[in-house]
Amino acid sequence: MSDEGKPAVEMVDVQIDGEWHSFPKGTRMIEACRIAGKEVPHYCYHPKLSSPGNCRMCLVEMGMPPRTAPGQDPPEKDESGHLPISWMPRPVIACANTVAPNMGIRTESDLTHACRQGVMELLLINHPLDCPICDQAGECRLQEFSVEHGNGDSRFRDNKVKKPKNVDVGPRVRLDDERCIMCSRCIRFTDEIADDPVLGFTERGSYTTLTVHPGQQLANNYSLNTVDICPVGALTSNDFRFQMRVWFLKETNTIDTNCATGANITVYSRQNEIYRITPRQNNEVNSDWMPDSHRLNFHWINSEARLTAPLVRENGSFKEVSWPDAISTTAERLRAYDGGDVAVIVSARMTNEELLMAKRLIALLGTDQVAAVPRAGEADGYLVSADRNPNMNGVKLVLGMDDPAAKLDAIKSGLSGGSVKALIVLQENLIDDAGFTAEELGKADFVLSTYPMANPTADASDVALPGACWAEKSGTMINVTGRLQRLNRAVDGPGLTLEPWEIVRDLIQALGGGNGIYSADDLFKQLVAEYPEFEGFTLSKVGELGVPLIETGETIPLIEREKERIAKGIVVG
Amino acid sequence: MAIVVKRPKLKWWEQLYLPGILKGLGITLRHFFATLRGKTKVTMQYPEEKWNDHLPEHYRGAPALVTDEQDRERCVACQLCEFICPPRAITIKPEEIPSEDKWAKVEKRPREFDIDMIRCIYCGLCEEVCPEQAIFLRKDYSITGTSRAEMVHHKKKLYEIGGQRVGLVNKWNELK
Amino acid sequence: MDWTFLALSVVKIIGLVFLVILPMVAYSVWAERRVSAAIQDRVGPNRVGIAGLLQPMADGLKFILKEDFTPDHVRKTYYWMAPALTMIPALLTCAVLPFGSRLFGEKMVIADLDVGPLFVFAIASLSVYGIVLAGWASNSKYPFFGGVRSTSQMISYEIALGLSIVPLLMIFGTLNLGEIVQYQAENGWALLPLWGESLSLKGFLLFIPIFISFIIFMTSIFAETNRLPFDLPECETELVAGYHTEYSSMKFALFFLGEYAAMIIGSGLAVTLFFGGWSLPFGWLAPESIEADVPWWQGLIHIGVFFGKVIAIILFFIWIRWSLPRFRYDQLMRLGWIFFFEIAVINVILTAVILIWVK
Repeated sequence: MSDEGKPAVEMVDVQIDGEWHSFPKGTRMIEACRIAGKEVPHYCYHPKLSSPGNCRMCLVEMGMPPRTAPGQDPPEKDESGHLPISWMPRPVIACANTVAPNMGIRTESDLTHACRQGVMELLLINHPLDCPICDQAGECRLQEFSVEHGNGDSRFRDNKVKKPKNVDVGPRVRLDDERCIMCSRCIRFTDEIADDPVLGFTERGSYTTLTVHPGQQLANNYSLNTVDICPVGALTSNDFRFQMRVWFLKETNTIDTNCATGANITVYSRQNEIYRITPRQNNEVNSDWMPDSHRLNFHWINSEARLTAPLVRENGSFKEVSWPDAISTTAERLRAYDGGDVAVIVSARMTNEELLMAKRLIALLGTDQVAAVPRAGEADGYLVSADRNPNMNGVKLVLGMDDPAAKLDAIKSGLSGGSVKALIVLQENLIDDAGFTAEELGKADFVLSTYPMANPTADASDVALPGACWAEKSGTMINVTGRLQRLNRAVDGPGLTLEPWEIVRDLIQALGGGNGIYSADDLFKQLVAEYPEFEGFTLSKVGELGVPLIETGETIPLIEREKERIAKGIVVG
Repeated sequence: MAIVVKRPKLKWWEQLYLPGILKGLGITLRHFFATLRGKTKVTMQYPEEKWNDHLPEHYRGAPALVTDEQDRERCVACQLCEFICPPRAITIKPEEIPSEDKWAKVEKRPREFDIDMIRCIYCGLCEEVCPEQAIFLRKDYSITGTSRAEMVHHKKKLYEIGGQRVGLVNKWNELK
Repeated sequence: MDWTFLALSVVKIIGLVFLVILPMVAYSVWAERRVSAAIQDRVGPNRVGIAGLLQPMADGLKFILKEDFTPDHVRKTYYWMAPALTMIPALLTCAVLPFGSRLFGEKMVIADLDVGPLFVFAIASLSVYGIVLAGWASNSKYPFFGGVRSTSQMISYEIALGLSIVPLLMIFGTLNLGEIVQYQAENGWALLPLWGESLSLKGFLLFIPIFISFIIFMTSIFAETNRLPFDLPECETELVAGYHTEYSSMKFALFFLGEYAAMIIGSGLAVTLFFGGWSLPFGWLAPESIEADVPWWQGLIHIGVFFGKVIAIILFFIWIRWSLPRFRYDQLMRLGWIFFFEIAVINVILTAVILIWVK
């Protein structure tokens, strides 16, 4: 926790299941139990949301030192310096109460077990047992807790309450009301985080129904986060619905590359196919959330339009060749040009390691015509950054350029004017994304491009190489706040796809000899050796959550708001 | 711990082995003539004689999908059989039942359901794990084909083998 | 050059080897499978032809049509040579076996050598090269084990084999197999001394060393032909298929045929030495002397008698194979070197003593 510099928080001693622990004052009981290693089951509580305390699953036994009547001697302290605890006859919810000095909590007593069993029985009364078709099966809190605390069979002999099923509450979210356990997490999320309060309960008692307000839709760009926080299968994603059971999916922790925020994500894949992406908690980057637009932007990875083999133009048409052939052909062509004749376009979608290899290539070619393509968008005031490139800070740092886009126009006019004879385009689609035209590219003697997909720039190239996309490569990137984060390979690229750094390395070797680099780890070591900013870091130190690397002065609005709410004590955080 | 096996102490005539050999030869000779006279006959002449009529009730043959009394495909593509299958013979691609379908309320069904009969080991775990009573091991045992592709049973073939099965729990009927 | 002799020899070679021995090899495989099935309460091959009698044709067809696969890692020349080196010696040895008395005045033996048994042993011991070469050239561990095992096994048992028939040769006083048979026809078979000169004290006493010889001879023949209980060069449970693991198609078939051919020749030798060859018991229809001609029908009967006896011994081979378990390798070597070798030597002395002292 980043508590340094703040005034010391008062600590209180709390007994949890017979053992004394010390927590800062104001800690929720449920968090105290979690820190003490005693998981208290819960549905409605979510650390990033306010605590309404309506599921009653987190009931625990609580006790305080007995109050002494006036004139009575205070009770004696035991050898550890704690007062005896007198237990309250009724349980309390752990999610909405905070710890107090000398408090006692029992999470494993007969009473708490009886409470959990009772709550589970009541929740399951109206829950349809359609786990075989429910997408949540396998990651469903109701399933898990009914195994741990449930009865095993139902005493309910009446008909279950019928509620709307398969309701379209928004363009990306589907609602099954029978499965809903009324935890209200989704309502609080849309209200508190997404500022789009469209969900609410109608009816009463057993007939309570979650619904969108009349005439409205759950359509905001953060709607799919409600699916993530739904503890049961009431809210499901239209995109992932019935695609694959979650227990088949391999989880890879990586980062999002759709904008400079670099939201931490988990990629779920099976047999080299990505099925879904969910946000991963990182309180410094994306909290627990991510925008829908970024989350769903992965289907092209499995598409047919991917480049799968190196292509070399022969007599006007492309021919599939092997990697050694493609690299040697390219090197042969490039040797014919002076450094001044060659221009290199790098991409801010490349990792720092790839950019380092690009830097080596640029040095070897001896050119100074280098540019990166900017991608500007609008910031949404939550998580989406105005810079839609994931690693522009990396380009600035690794290539030592203050304005990476500065020379783009010069290169463009150089192409038209004939001063740029050979163009190397790494992981960019110049025609679609940078305003180049096929005629301009056609004027160059030789164009080499690498890109994951078939695209107009590849069409206009002499050599088009399949470079892996973000899910198929490993490396590090620097996000908008200057945080160094790791990108991890989730799936293998289709066909002969190689990671871009491998392509550039092979090209350097073909042009000028070996360099002793065999893995992305070696590249990171070279980054550490060459740049003072990287000093002292290793890949394992960067870890899954990243580390602050440079100061950019930028912040992420949603994180700033969350910090305020934590400071006010509205949420735990 | 090593176990010391106590060797029997052999008499001198036993050590010659000849009596033992003769005894063994006698046994084989007895069986030889017994078989020649047709006294022992246990081998079944397979293509002409078949087990079909004698297969026990619990025989585990080829797994197949079944429909219920109303011709509804019972499988809801929960993929538990795919998960439990030890040789990973089962591959399922689920899909949503379109809203105009009579059984749209069930929501989910298999779009593709493949069992690779080269891989299948007839263990019956798929039948055991199925929460919908949709997959059963039938008595078909001579599964043949001339190519690997032919040995993969697709959904259509699986329903063909399985046919209709009545008298099972129908939990979807009462649902609206 | 005596053209008549040459032509007759060719006729005999073709008649014996290609019309009798090779079909016998094929059908002894069939017999092996059917008999073993009967012993084990099974059916055996019964589909091709009546009672599966055409099964050998089907097998042969299969062997010819299968891919003749040569693995990449073998030493090609030796690998290709090995099957032939197993098959050829096995067939060569039948040159000296008298498979009948006379037919139309012609001796029913391909080469009437005066060193019959020596020739047989000399040629038969060449077949070990086939196995060793196969094991070594296959360049693979199991064949190699099999090859090494068979070398020591076959060399060891050749000594016992050779020594075991010395008493017989001492008694018969000749190395010509034809004369040996003639002697037995007149004076009682080695193992059935119930007529002629054998009906004497000396004859009965000599029966003891002859019987010991017979036991050693038969056991050694089992070892020489790699038949169970001495099939260690190819024992399936330990060595996959031993020296011919890497062989397939017709090359494997050659090993297979060579093994059975060796078994048939071994049976023929046993019949010739111990069971009076082509002669009927009690001197029935026996020719007057080795030079005397016999009527053609009598000659045919003699040929029939010889092969009848050979078939009986083959059936005995099969019977033993499916009754006895395999020896352990140390037991095999112990039996060969410590027991059979000594007993055979003592047996020679015993025979000599009887021949000299008993009149």
